[in-house]
Amino acid sequence: MIKKLFIANRGEIALRVIRTARRMGIQTVLGASEADATSLPAKMADQVEMVGPAPSSQSYLSIDKVVAAAVRSGADAVHPGYGFLSENATFARAIAAAGIRFVGPDIATLEGMGDKLAARALAVEAGLPVLPGGEAATRADVHARAAQTGYPLLLKAVSGGGGKGMRRVDRAEDLDTALDMAQAEAQAAFGNAAVYVERFVARGRHVEVQLLGDGTSAIHLGTRDCSIQRRFQKLVEEAPAPAMPLAAREGIEQAAVRLARHLNYRGAGTAEFLVDATDFSFYFLELNARIQVEHPVTEAITGVDLVEQQLLVAMGKQLTLTQAMIRPVGHAIEVRINAEDPDADFRPSPGRATRAEWPAGSGVRVDTHIGLGGEVPPHYDSLMGKLIVHGDTREEAVERLGKALESLHIEGLPTTTPLHRRIVADPRFIAGGVDTGFLTGLA
Amino acid sequence: MTDDLPLTHEDIAEIAAILEQSGYRELDLATRRFRLRVAQGEGADGGMTQEWQWAGAAGEAAAEAATIQADPQAICSPLPGTFYHAPQPGAPPFVKPGDAVGPETVVGIVETMKLMNPVHAGRSGTVAELLVPDGTLVAKGAALIKLT
Repeated sequence: MIKKLFIANRGEIALRVIRTARRMGIQTVLGASEADATSLPAKMADQVEMVGPAPSSQSYLSIDKVVAAAVRSGADAVHPGYGFLSENATFARAIAAAGIRFVGPDIATLEGMGDKLAARALAVEAGLPVLPGGEAATRADVHARAAQTGYPLLLKAVSGGGGKGMRRVDRAEDLDTALDMAQAEAQAAFGNAAVYVERFVARGRHVEVQLLGDGTSAIHLGTRDCSIQRRFQKLVEEAPAPAMPLAAREGIEQAAVRLARHLNYRGAGTAEFLVDATDFSFYFLELNARIQVEHPVTEAITGVDLVEQQLLVAMGKQLTLTQAMIRPVGHAIEVRINAEDPDADFRPSPGRATRAEWPAGSGVRVDTHIGLGGEVPPHYDSLMGKLIVHGDTREEAVERLGKALESLHIEGLPTTTPLHRRIVADPRFIAGGVDTGFLTGLA
Repeated sequence: MTDDLPLTHEDIAEIAAILEQSGYRELDLATRRFRLRVAQGEGADGGMTQEWQWAGAAGEAAAEAATIQADPQAICSPLPGTFYHAPQPGAPPFVKPGDAVGPETVVGIVETMKLMNPVHAGRSGTVAELLVPDGTLVAKGAALIKLT
């Protein structure tokens, strides 16, 4: 059993974890930085332990401080959320060494998957197709790899995730500058500057599969399509992946389950694939060994509380869900409301919400930590909240999303809301099945 | 602390459903810790909205750099964040006093929300002085580098 859960995260996901933990009768402790001491999750948690000053390198990313806070709090488990230390094997090991359960996969899995290159190798072992590219330890290696893959190419952080430390490079003369930026970003976000090279597929779709495993058996909870991205960060996600033949979808789902079984995967995870928008051939990209930002769309169509499943598996329980019990209903879409100015190249816009009216109603879910007067500090991610809609059909979900966005009013700082209104009215989005180039072609 | 519990999204959906079927337009409830307003929007297609306010959240306005003078000789920060002189810790700085720069020259990085945003000189000139130490949290519009 877990009696007291320490949440090593902030923002909406901290709040999300608190809600499920509370429903399960588990006490919650929030590890908060000084910038988040009066945040909504800090008000909601049963207990707050400070993890350091505002900059994440001195708080949420400091293994020593987070572990010390968890120990101090008397928690018997740690939920890492997403980002920060969520896929850090050293952190998971330090938590285990302190006699505390880590809500996540085995350390060996984190080691294999946290290093995106090792993950590629494991996927190949499990028989999954991957993109051309690979390791590049030095600047000279990066140039050599680039010569093999050709341009455009992607530089990706070896310990990456969430688009941080990722750069598209179109021409050889831009490679050095992009490499500097990617390495600096990777260092800041993950504490590891290493990057690798992968061929860039221009007209691809980003499709991922939600997995659950208990170390022995593994099941999938269907696909999510996250093709609408900027700076390789997702903006819109839907479940299931639309406009894709059932056989193609099942092929991807089966590949993901094969990987999870190969790894004896424990907990919730997501296998990400790049899918050719025309012939539906697919390539394994990475496996995220944690809860995803977009998990609510899967929850909406399956009725499964993924955080609850994570906590149950962390307690050592076997999955009580079987593949046959997963019967997705309808269609769900999530849009991310970020503190960014879509009209100024998505420039981050930290600040304070002087108005925060979110939609409500049937088929509408809002996960946010930003209420009236809520603050978005400049130190962290720009995510303010997620609007999730569910309908019996995709058509209904799209219509519901359009209406809900009309009722969303945030003032005091620019957000991605106006962009989402344009997306939901775009005929290509209404038709479904857009590729990752969608935003560039948006009117 | 669980007395005035946070309502879940299921709770909000339920409240919205009750309101929709009732003659009421809004529900406004307040506890010591929060205030929630669920309301039917104005106008023909006004949808249902939820608005949360938490005790202590609406405090004083964020410390905004009010006294930033527009220095025509200075390169200013395009956004709030942490200003870095070099691409990585220990690496040589992008520019140092005496360097000639063009409009497209990258003179530093401002890290905001974990993204590295290059700062361009914006015009031609010679670097006179780095006005802000490496790793300083700067406001939008703060003068970073003086050109001559």
